[in-house]
Amino acid sequence: MLVINNLHAEINGKEILKGISLKVNPGEVHAIMGPNGSGKSTLASVLAGRELVMVTAGEVLWEGKNLLDLSPEERSHEGIFLGFQYPVEIPGVSMVNFMKTAINESRKAKGMEPLSPSDFLKLMREKKNLVEIESGLTSRSVNEGFSGGEKKKNEIFQMAMLEPKLAVLDETDSGLDIDALRVVANGVNKLKTPQNSSIVITHYQRLLDFIIPDFVHVLYKGKIVKSSGKELALELEEKGYDWIKKELEQA
Amino acid sequence: MKELSIYEEQNLNFSHLTDHMEKLNDPLPRFFREAREKAAVSFGEKGLPDKKDEDYRNFPINNLFEKDFKYRFFKEIVHFDINHIFKCDIPNLDTHVIILLNGFYHGGDDQLTELQDGIKFGSLLAATKELPEVVEKHFSKYSGFGRDGFVDLNTSLARDGVFIYVPENSVLEKPVQIVNLIFSNKELFIQPRNLIVLERNSTFRLVVCDHALTTNHSLGNSVTESYIAKNAKYDFTLLQNEHNNASLINHHFIYQEENSRVETNTISLHSGLIRNNHFVTLDGERAENIANGLYLMDKNQYADNHVFIDHAKPNCRSDQLYKGVMDDQARGVFSGRILVRKDSQSTEAYQRNNNILLTDEARMNSKPQLEIYADDVKCSHGATVGQIDEEAMFYLRSRGISENEARLMMMYGFTHDVIKNIHVDSLRGRIEELVYKRLQGELAKCENCGFVNV
Repeated sequence: MLVINNLHAEINGKEILKGISLKVNPGEVHAIMGPNGSGKSTLASVLAGRELVMVTAGEVLWEGKNLLDLSPEERSHEGIFLGFQYPVEIPGVSMVNFMKTAINESRKAKGMEPLSPSDFLKLMREKKNLVEIESGLTSRSVNEGFSGGEKKKNEIFQMAMLEPKLAVLDETDSGLDIDALRVVANGVNKLKTPQNSSIVITHYQRLLDFIIPDFVHVLYKGKIVKSSGKELALELEEKGYDWIKKELEQA
Repeated sequence: MKELSIYEEQNLNFSHLTDHMEKLNDPLPRFFREAREKAAVSFGEKGLPDKKDEDYRNFPINNLFEKDFKYRFFKEIVHFDINHIFKCDIPNLDTHVIILLNGFYHGGDDQLTELQDGIKFGSLLAATKELPEVVEKHFSKYSGFGRDGFVDLNTSLARDGVFIYVPENSVLEKPVQIVNLIFSNKELFIQPRNLIVLERNSTFRLVVCDHALTTNHSLGNSVTESYIAKNAKYDFTLLQNEHNNASLINHHFIYQEENSRVETNTISLHSGLIRNNHFVTLDGERAENIANGLYLMDKNQYADNHVFIDHAKPNCRSDQLYKGVMDDQARGVFSGRILVRKDSQSTEAYQRNNNILLTDEARMNSKPQLEIYADDVKCSHGATVGQIDEEAMFYLRSRGISENEARLMMMYGFTHDVIKNIHVDSLRGRIEELVYKRLQGELAKCENCGFVNV
């Protein structure tokens, strides 16, 4: 469903991604690991359509279409979801209004009628239970005054509401204690179906104890330098990234 | 009445204000005439403020009198039923409505109307006859003389605005609503003068709507004095929703005694030019003042809010929150002055002013001024002028929300922490609706405050 071919991208004239190729099929979980500054978040930004990042070469195909032609909102309507590393606080915009607008804009794009208020509230309740988010959070402004863990849970809640085909989770584990990590991972696992896929971006292997990937890729200096099964994550945990760096230098 | 008609509308010649006052030689008590004369002398000495005046430095005063404004010395005899041209259409807004037509009290001048518990309202003129001692005690006591030429001008020509009297211990649940209507085929200069008196332990809510029904140029120079006695509670909302040809200069002097609580909401949705001077004196311990404001300006509109909070006694608290969204070439000023006097210990005074500029040409000047002479004081101030948060914009768009809708949601969210403080529910609902329409770029008018042709 997602095909990335030889992707090059830069931020403010500095090349960050230097030829990435990746293929994600329905139902697969891909983990992308790598040291800080290797380009993990830039890859997530390209997929979600952040304007700051400029693609200079290569292509990204989504179900056969050129993803890079689509606006961020169109990508969302197409079923792509980005879980933010730093979810944004939006004072004065209520979670309810935010989610209602998001869902109804997506329905509109698909030619569907807006959800009735009662159906919407039912959906909210259902998804809240699923991802174990405290009821109080959804009656507040978007992320305003949320703790780090609450913000990340809220990302998973939004993902549950929008039911994406592809979820890109950008360092969802950063700043989480082990309980919050478990809640977030449980949410992701519960939402998994044979049709939808995820790309889990992480620095640590810790999250992958809870979310079992089908593939692990190591991103280093803007390139995928190693791809393997889930055992690669364990090896990285044990040996650190230096091992990969050394291997590359020797090659 | 016939011989008066020659004075009905005139070009106002500021240099001969005292001559004009002879025309106002009506049966008013001596204290009232004396106050007028004092103001006229003061005005004669200082005149209108100009660019050299720090408080009016950014104010486009030179353009203000380019129009050939007519001043009406006497009330117009209206030959139509006001209900045919105006009826406030806010659903479920249950208020006692007072109409000021072209600056004059609309309705009987002869006597005040009594509500419950001795609560009275009517024209200031009627009050000078019926409750002269109350008017004498308060009239021009808080506005003072010589501090602002516009105020002196208003005082010297003061005649017939709204008077409200809320006696001790009375509580009026239903708000009173003053509607300032301009309905004329002339370019009018109007000068309403209002006096609101809340005696001890009373509770009162006032809503003021500024509306021009006709699209001619107009200039309003209004002065309201509010006296809030010990333990009294006053909730005040001003809704300024005019058109580009209307200019409003509005002064509100609030004098608070011990343990009183005042909350004001100044909502400026639309007008060519708006100047709000908001003066608060906290002259009794444990008095509290909450001043909120919201201004949404576009095109060449101008909004200028001056707030001055005088902490004259210890243990008082004040909190200002003013927010603005400026589009196109709109310009604005926020000036918030907090004065904590030497003996006003344990003062709490807060101020925030946040602005969003939607274009490169929009301008906003934000000037916090804190003068603190006491040492045991909690004070904070913060001013921001910025653009729409791009990161928040991307966040909303990444959830499938279009750019336009996202911008609207964020601007609406930005205004919300001001609007949520409006305690008259049905009015808050309407203001939410008007703000939403305004942010969408629609002309936000209450149905029945639309324009009529004359």
